[in-house]
Amino acid sequence: MTRTIGFVLVCLCFLVSGLKAQESSLQTQERTRQLEEKLRCLVCQNQTLADSNAELAGDLRKQVAEQMAAGKSDEQIIEYLTARYGDFVLYDPPFKLRTALLWVGPFALLALGAAALVLVLRRRRAAPEEAPLAPDEKRVVERVLGPAKGDGVPR
Amino acid sequence: MKRVLLPLAVFLLIVGFLAVGLNLDPREVPSPLIGKAAPAFELPVLGQDGRRFLPTEMRGKVWLLNVWASWCVSCRDEHPVLVELSKKDLLPILGLNYKDNGEDAQRWLKQFGNPYQLSAVDADGRIGIDYGVYGVPETYLIDADGVIRFKQIGPLTPAVLERKVLPMAAALKK
Amino acid sequence: MIPELGHFALIIAAVIALVQGTLPLLGAARRIPAFTALARPAAQGQLVFVAFAFSCLAWSFYSNDFTVLNVATNSNSQLPVHYRIAATWGSHEGSLLLWVLMLSVWMLAVSVFSGALPDDMVARILGVMGLVSLGFLSFLLFTSNPFERLLPGAADGRDLNPLLQDPGMVFHPPMLYMGYVGFSVAFAFAISALLDGRLDASWARWSRPWTTAAWMFLTIGIMLGSFWSYYELGWGGWWFWDPVENASFMPWLVGTALIHSLAVTEKRGAFKAWTVLLAILAFSLSLLGTFLVRSGVLTSVHAFATDPRRGVFILGFLAFVIGGSLALYAWRMGKVAPGARFELLSRESMLLANSVLLLVACGAVLLGTLYPLFLDALGLAKISVGPPYFDSVFLPLMAPAVLLAGVGPLIAWRKGDGAQAARRLRWAAMVALVFALFAPLAFGRWGALTAFGLLLGAWVIGGAITALVVRLKINPRINSAFAGMLLAHAGIGVFILAVTLVKSYETERDLRMAPGESVTLGGYTFRFDGVREVPGPNYRAARGTVVVTRDGAPVASLAPEKRIYRVQQNPMTEAAIDYGATRHVYVSLGESVGGGAWTVRIHIKPFVGWIWGGCILMALGGLLALSDRRYRGSARRAPATEDATAVRSAT
Repeated sequence: MTRTIGFVLVCLCFLVSGLKAQESSLQTQERTRQLEEKLRCLVCQNQTLADSNAELAGDLRKQVAEQMAAGKSDEQIIEYLTARYGDFVLYDPPFKLRTALLWVGPFALLALGAAALVLVLRRRRAAPEEAPLAPDEKRVVERVLGPAKGDGVPR
Repeated sequence: MKRVLLPLAVFLLIVGFLAVGLNLDPREVPSPLIGKAAPAFELPVLGQDGRRFLPTEMRGKVWLLNVWASWCVSCRDEHPVLVELSKKDLLPILGLNYKDNGEDAQRWLKQFGNPYQLSAVDADGRIGIDYGVYGVPETYLIDADGVIRFKQIGPLTPAVLERKVLPMAAALKK
Repeated sequence: MIPELGHFALIIAAVIALVQGTLPLLGAARRIPAFTALARPAAQGQLVFVAFAFSCLAWSFYSNDFTVLNVATNSNSQLPVHYRIAATWGSHEGSLLLWVLMLSVWMLAVSVFSGALPDDMVARILGVMGLVSLGFLSFLLFTSNPFERLLPGAADGRDLNPLLQDPGMVFHPPMLYMGYVGFSVAFAFAISALLDGRLDASWARWSRPWTTAAWMFLTIGIMLGSFWSYYELGWGGWWFWDPVENASFMPWLVGTALIHSLAVTEKRGAFKAWTVLLAILAFSLSLLGTFLVRSGVLTSVHAFATDPRRGVFILGFLAFVIGGSLALYAWRMGKVAPGARFELLSRESMLLANSVLLLVACGAVLLGTLYPLFLDALGLAKISVGPPYFDSVFLPLMAPAVLLAGVGPLIAWRKGDGAQAARRLRWAAMVALVFALFAPLAFGRWGALTAFGLLLGAWVIGGAITALVVRLKINPRINSAFAGMLLAHAGIGVFILAVTLVKSYETERDLRMAPGESVTLGGYTFRFDGVREVPGPNYRAARGTVVVTRDGAPVASLAPEKRIYRVQQNPMTEAAIDYGATRHVYVSLGESVGGGAWTVRIHIKPFVGWIWGGCILMALGGLLALSDRRYRGSARRAPATEDATAVRSAT
């Protein structure tokens, strides 16, 4: 009796650990694919490592898979590749001094644009209303256009 | 008045960069290994059963590591240059036979000449990855302390040899 | 014989372009009616000869004339006939000829539909377009001759790139080029207004429909490109922020700003300087795109084979056209009087904010696209800038613009009533908020970013509906322009909702499957039934069968393929998609791993079709706006008296 229960328990343990292993292999697969989509194929015309058919891409994918299986983190694998191929291999440019303008630029532009906008709007609000025409100017206009209709404000 | 010149100024700046860009190759990947130690490895040697090569064997010498393969078309363009260089005996040339078949490789050397002291066989390309190889041929100039000093991407030409490689090698030997 | 005739026709067209680009401009400046009168016939003559040249090239492709280098490089006798004809624009030379053809079509349209414009204005507009045409024709004739001979002729051709052997090839480039080139009309208007010194509301009024039409074509062109790469390339994505994609997106962003800015200049006479600048920028970005794709400075899947000599020519042309325009702008615009006055909260200020935001977004895309080049040119580093960068930068920049789009139509001109607008929008705001908070739960996962995206999309649609309701209460008859605007805004909302849903909830599995094996994903069961060899007209395919069921009921039998085209021998993935309004089921083959087993990629993408659906709505909105009564018929008659006032710039 105890032996049967023990046997069943052991089987359950294997089952559970098997399921866990399967779940984590799915997660690893997901992680691998996500990482490969952030990496650049070095010999292609602008494709990710995940999508490339090139031989070198296949070799690098194998490397990534091996390192994932060995328990390395995303950062460590990225470190491995950039040590050999430089930042070119990353589609997400790391924030360094030389990419500071790249990352800060758009938001600086936004701030500049917003500031310019506010300045222009303030100035417009304070702008003088168009001066009404002098009587002789008005006569010229009426001769050319005919008598004024309505309030003359353009719609 | 000055504000209206801004778009023109920005445009001219961009044009300047684009003009420079016309002379650049956007697909060339420079090596981050320049100035760093040449990665260690232990590989079999082409045509010498049982012999294994480690780059540490070359300590104390300034040498060239040339990555080649029999299936590589541009290597054929580069090969006469290497053969010439090997005859002048200025610096040792070693080969890294990359993702190749042993028989094809040996046949190729017999046909086109063998400038190499020896060729290490990197059958699966792993060592190539360690060296940041992404295309063939590529050549590394390694100094007496085992540090990579220069990498040529693509075929080695007489011009590059004259202007970059040989002067650098001479300076390193001192 | 025919290729030589085509070549000769191009030379004649170039001569006509030379005449068109010089004499009418001179005539308008010096008041020589004989010269200004040349503009229209010259434009029409150009079309005749360019269309003839284009037909010659198309005929060479159709008839498999492999003594023409272009045909030998890009076609093949086994290529099906519709692709043989589409191959006419499948190369650098051919696509440039298509560009010039489109430009001739637009020039013809301007020459025909400009009856109410003064002759000297038409002369200037066609003159400027003629100069652009001359530039491209020279480029063709001197560096990229499509009629170059290959003697002795090849036995057969090198085949059209298999990726291009698709219906997408028939529609995407022509639509895209109609858009790119169409912005040259607004550009020519702007330049002629600068040359003339006359910058009044009528300039904006005349430019508007032309710009809307160009924008509409560009929207469709980009949409087709995105959809094509989605079903063709097998990776399941629809936008990669590739340099060439960005090259088409930047003119679109500025073009959108331009349409909005033109509305203000037309209605209120304000933003004249800004609108002129946008008109110059929109076409400049089209030209810049042409450079980027053909010069080799950037790497792209779409890039044509290049030659540095071509790059230098285009860059010189670019510098001349854009530099010249911006210099002219700086010279003339310094003296223009400021426009009408408006409050901080007004339709004008909303539209100005829209312009600024779109321009900043465009600037960000330009920065990201050119940054690798900048660093490389300075010798600093070699980096890559890809989707992770653009996604993280572009979305926060566009969010404010999208929020404004919901509010804008409810704010009055000159002085808006913020409280009234807020009151009217409260329902839209509430519905959008509730939707954003609870809809994610229906998909099983709540995320802040998802909720935000849904909020933006629902908000824009809600704002459009609110504006419609408010307007209907005032006047039950709404004009096409207003309806078009609402439809286009709704289209943006739909687009944003679709993108949010796809990015948040798409699921994917990439795995090895043996024949007979099944896998489940997203409630669907996929059974892989193996792969068999199937011959095609000019390829060999390994066709897989994947049977899709849901709860036992059959959904689809999908047949993804891996093709090897006989001539070029490179493998191509052909995905199999089950299209549905609420989701696409997308299956593609990876590699054979032995024993009949293959790696198979399965995606389930909720609502992805609405990404392109939203774009179609936007384009339809543009079409609707174009069909407004004010543009019909009145184009022939003299313009309303108010617009005839040419207010000379305050000099």
